[in-house]
Amino acid sequence: MTAEQVWAALEEIPDPEIPVVSLVDLGVIRSVDVSEGHVHVEFTPTFLGCPALEFMKRAIEDKVPGVSVEVIQDDSWSTDKITAAGREKLRAAGFAPPAPRLVQIQAQVHRCPYCGSTDTKLENIFGPTPCRSLRYCPSCRQPFEQFKTI
Amino acid sequence: MNELLLGLADDELVIGWRDSEWTGIAPLLEEDVAFSSIAQNEIGHARAVYERLTDDADALAFDRPLDEYRCAPLVELRLLDWGRTIARRWLYEVADEIRISALMEHPDVGGLAAKINREEAYHRMHAEMWRERLRDEPRFRDAVAELWPYALGVVLPSQREELAARAGLDEVEAVERGSHTDDFAPLWDEMTMVRRSAPAGSRW
Repeated sequence: MTAEQVWAALEEIPDPEIPVVSLVDLGVIRSVDVSEGHVHVEFTPTFLGCPALEFMKRAIEDKVPGVSVEVIQDDSWSTDKITAAGREKLRAAGFAPPAPRLVQIQAQVHRCPYCGSTDTKLENIFGPTPCRSLRYCPSCRQPFEQFKTI
Repeated sequence: MNELLLGLADDELVIGWRDSEWTGIAPLLEEDVAFSSIAQNEIGHARAVYERLTDDADALAFDRPLDEYRCAPLVELRLLDWGRTIARRWLYEVADEIRISALMEHPDVGGLAAKINREEAYHRMHAEMWRERLRDEPRFRDAVAELWPYALGVVLPSQREELAARAGLDEVEAVERGSHTDDFAPLWDEMTMVRRSAPAGSRW
């Protein structure tokens, strides 16, 4: 396989908890290295307590025969790594994508993914998975899930 | 250094276990969700730190005799009261931020500490929100006073002045890690039960 083929294969692996985005969209594939027929993929977890970590590792191994997957537990992943395409897929599925860290820290604005209003209320810092918060939009009277900026 | 990391990992494992005891019975549905998520994060942090110390995180987490755990007495306490639980969460997060920030400077574990710190930011928001809500309640104030010497035992002696300043409390004698509270033996029994009862060589 070429590196391009590996990236294309990884693009087809959905996130187990939010299947509208792929592992590539999510930005958790840090690097793909192909040398002398051997494929090495560096993978960064989103949250350390993510229960889907092993599942995603196995999905990569199923998709890319003979791959070695290295899980990198440093600080290289943040929600800023989610690609533009990934953010749009999240929004289309009703998840408010995480704001860029710089914007979030300065503005503290949370936009409703349905009507675009920025007048939304925090209902709970935590949601169905550690990476999501629950918010409510009074304008269109919709609760929605906000992907946390981390 | 390994002793410090083992203490950190044991703290995160045990507080995660204690926080998870609210799953299903928290006073608000939102808190059921919050405590379950926080517990999941804390146990994830414990696993990541154990993995820096060993190839088999489960064995390190659950196959040690009780007296080899290095957790601070604060996290061991079985708190059946919401005010005391919130007091501990808040004190723990203030203390944890100080030691995690210090570890972020470390060449080997700095990256991992920074990743943990990103996630802890949401635990701190949660703890601060509750502290604001309860800070004038006598029951909460009593709980903070009761747990404060334990909170000091979470951090190194050199970090206690900073902890006192951030918590807005006077430094007192700390309840040090090294010995265990009476609440720890039943918890150890529960945490390690599955692995102790499984035949050697069992696979999951």
